[in-house]
Amino acid sequence: MENVITAIRVVPLEHYVYLSFLLFCIGVAGVVFRRNTIIILMCIELMFNSVNLLLAAFSAHHSDPRGQVFVFFIMLVAAAEVTVGLAILVMMKRYANSVDVNQLNTLKW
Amino acid sequence: MVNTGVLAPLVPLLPLLGAVVIGALRRRMGAVQAGALATAMIGAGFAISLVLFAGFDTAAGGTTVRLLDWMAVTGMDIPLALRVDALSLTMMLIVTGVGTLIHLYSIGYMHDDPRAATFFSNLNLFTFCMLVLVMGSNFLVTFVGWEGVGLCSYLLIGFWYTRPDYNYAARKAFVMNRIGDVGMVLAMVLLFHLFGTLEYAAIMDKAAGMRWNDPLLVTATLLLVLGATGKSAQVPLFTWLPDAMAGPTPVSALIHAATMVTAGIFLVVRGSVLFELAPFTQEVIVWVGTATALLAASIGLLQNDIKKVLAYSTVSQLGYMFVALGTGAYGAAMFHVTTHAFFKALLFLGAGSVIHALGGEQDIRKMGGLKGKVRTTYLTFLAGTAAISGLPLLSGFFSKDLIMAHAFQHGPEVFVLLLIGALFTAFYMFRLLFLVFFGTYRGEAEPHESPITMTLPLVVLAVLSVVGGVLNLPHLFGGNEALKHYLGTAAAGIANEELVLSAATEIALMAVTLVLVALTIVLAHARFVKRTTLEGDPAAMPPLKRLVAERWRIDELYARLFERPYAWLSRTLHRIGEERVVVPLMNGVGTVAIRTGQALRKLQTGNASFHLLAMAAGIIIFLLITLLTDPR
Amino acid sequence: MQLLFYILAAISVISAVAVVSSRSPMNSVIALVVCFLSIAGHYVLLNAQFLAMVHIIVYTGAIMVLFLFVIMLLNLNRAAEPMKTLGTRVVAVLAGGLLFVTLLAALRHGIEARAANAYDPTVGLVKSVGMSLYTEFLLPFEVSSVLFLSAVVGVVLLAGKERPWTPPTMEPTETEGARGE
Repeated sequence: MENVITAIRVVPLEHYVYLSFLLFCIGVAGVVFRRNTIIILMCIELMFNSVNLLLAAFSAHHSDPRGQVFVFFIMLVAAAEVTVGLAILVMMKRYANSVDVNQLNTLKW
Repeated sequence: MVNTGVLAPLVPLLPLLGAVVIGALRRRMGAVQAGALATAMIGAGFAISLVLFAGFDTAAGGTTVRLLDWMAVTGMDIPLALRVDALSLTMMLIVTGVGTLIHLYSIGYMHDDPRAATFFSNLNLFTFCMLVLVMGSNFLVTFVGWEGVGLCSYLLIGFWYTRPDYNYAARKAFVMNRIGDVGMVLAMVLLFHLFGTLEYAAIMDKAAGMRWNDPLLVTATLLLVLGATGKSAQVPLFTWLPDAMAGPTPVSALIHAATMVTAGIFLVVRGSVLFELAPFTQEVIVWVGTATALLAASIGLLQNDIKKVLAYSTVSQLGYMFVALGTGAYGAAMFHVTTHAFFKALLFLGAGSVIHALGGEQDIRKMGGLKGKVRTTYLTFLAGTAAISGLPLLSGFFSKDLIMAHAFQHGPEVFVLLLIGALFTAFYMFRLLFLVFFGTYRGEAEPHESPITMTLPLVVLAVLSVVGGVLNLPHLFGGNEALKHYLGTAAAGIANEELVLSAATEIALMAVTLVLVALTIVLAHARFVKRTTLEGDPAAMPPLKRLVAERWRIDELYARLFERPYAWLSRTLHRIGEERVVVPLMNGVGTVAIRTGQALRKLQTGNASFHLLAMAAGIIIFLLITLLTDPR
Repeated sequence: MQLLFYILAAISVISAVAVVSSRSPMNSVIALVVCFLSIAGHYVLLNAQFLAMVHIIVYTGAIMVLFLFVIMLLNLNRAAEPMKTLGTRVVAVLAGGLLFVTLLAALRHGIEARAANAYDPTVGLVKSVGMSLYTEFLLPFEVSSVLFLSAVVGVVLLAGKERPWTPPTMEPTETEGARGE
């Protein structure tokens, strides 16, 4: 327990920030990279988590529990978003028989 | 003690309610229902005004009822407030009292009109605006009413909108009033600059500290006079009022004789303290009034339309009131406003009754001999004519005589000119009376007496015209000038006005006036009863007479001076500015937008993943801009 | 201890890249689960024990299972996997890289590292987070239940029953086409 606590001070805050940036950018690249809608949804989850990590790191660094409450709320919203997103995905598969994001090309009408 | 704070706002709000309700239900309401409701609203207003009047404490000077904050910022506090004092109470009683009678009359007059409900809605709205005008506790609230009555006047002049010339008359009234309104707005700005407030009571207090003949104050008062000339149809802005007779006759009686046109007089009385400090402005008012009184009376001599004669008569009488204002006789002016409201409303309603009886005929050359056929109308019209001509002991006699005495005190030349005007008045009024009711009938339609709703107001107004003089009975006749002293509690200027003529001079002036008026009436009798002289085509008249018959060609003069240059300017601007600059510019803007859109719409592929990429790119660009413009 | 952080960070990044680059959706999901587990490890390192538990339960447990379930339901596999053109993939990597560089540039002056509060070892424990959640954030917490309710209703409405519904035509209609010219 004591060892774990010291880790907060040992690892510089910047490194958490860099890690979080890296994960976020991988998520952004993935959204553009893939055509499978389900992977795109997963990349969005990845971006959510990079932000969560950042919030938790700052919260621990400043010894303020409110940052962790925000993380909790973000998880909450993410859960709701995923359920609706997957439902839409099921619909898409049902009517277009595909999960290719290029099927979603009717946004201009 | 009367609760002024509750009752005072009700007076204007009831007619507003009537206007809204009737306006909303105008398709379902008949003339009688709408008229009854409208009359009831004004009548209730009149009753409340009476209560306020009875409970009014003259020693207190006046009460301000603050309803809402309107413009409240640092250094500027203009509330939506009503002021109840002797002046506004007098005007409220006139507006609601005469208004009730005219509404009642309108039920009969507008009975057959399919748009009668709209008419009553507008008439109620007018009453509301007029009450706001007279009850406002500062210039801005008054201005709201001022513009409101202008709008209602426009609506009602053009009420029969299918006639193009009626619409033109409505537009003319509106535009001419607008010229005066500009003066009023500028005056308000200047007064705010001078006093830092627009509240009447505060200005009255602060004006005591002003220099006599302060140039800014003179400018402000002159601008107020410009506003008053527009609304009260004085030279040079009087030509709209005769044309305004295009509206239904009750409108002419209510708006263009009894109430709205006296707004200018009311405004000057409200600002009497300011005018007392600006003698130059007072001199201007005297001469504007004199010129109007004489010019309009002379035109009235040769008019053939029964309503036009009365219209020019109204303009002329307003000129008298202006003279009274200019000589500092504010009480006399308000007295004449009151009596004029009685007898001119009576004359217009009588004229309306005649027109109604003849099925819409307005040309006096086609009337005559109606004395026995419309008995009530004849008797009441006679009373009105006698009152306006100033026959002894009638209301017009006292008020006009008071103005003439003040004019004499100011300068004999003004008195002489006004006397000529008074003789003109007597002549054209009796010419009207004789040509309409005496001699033989020259028309075709079968005359019939009007219904009771129309004759009842006539009788009431006739009684008031006859006995109205007791309101302000002068010392010479054993009175104590009650109205003047009453009004004196509202405005300091009124309490000061004092006639310093000796009783002998006063009697002499009166005698001269009376003898000449009597001679004029005899002349009119000889000319129009013994042998009926009808005016024919102006083209066949001698030059001067022709000029008068053609209304001194003032409309033509204005057309030449203002309308044609304006039209030329408009055409030129259209040819050069519009067609060469504005239109190409507008088309250019449109073309650029279309081209840009055509180029950009290729970006809108509708593909979700492409949009995701665009979004990411947008975020990156946005971040880069933020970074690069960061000063650190 | 520092070493532990870097090992976990390496696992997170590698598994995240695997999520994006793996051809089979199944492998992507597994990689994401690994990634999330490593993030839970980070939470433990940060002494955010409550978060670590919730994260494992909600993300790794619930959400990822949901993903697996949908993949199974839709019968997605490597053969059916659509892939983008090479150009798009290059653009995607470029966009991600550019964003990363931009974000790093925003941090070129470093961050304010001074802690706002005195160090408190109990922050992140269930008690501390729970106190904050049920006092200061009580109303948002309760309101979030409404969000869930609407999500449930939405999902039932969307995926619940087969209704007679035709998808919008992919071709522009006559009028739209005419207006576009």
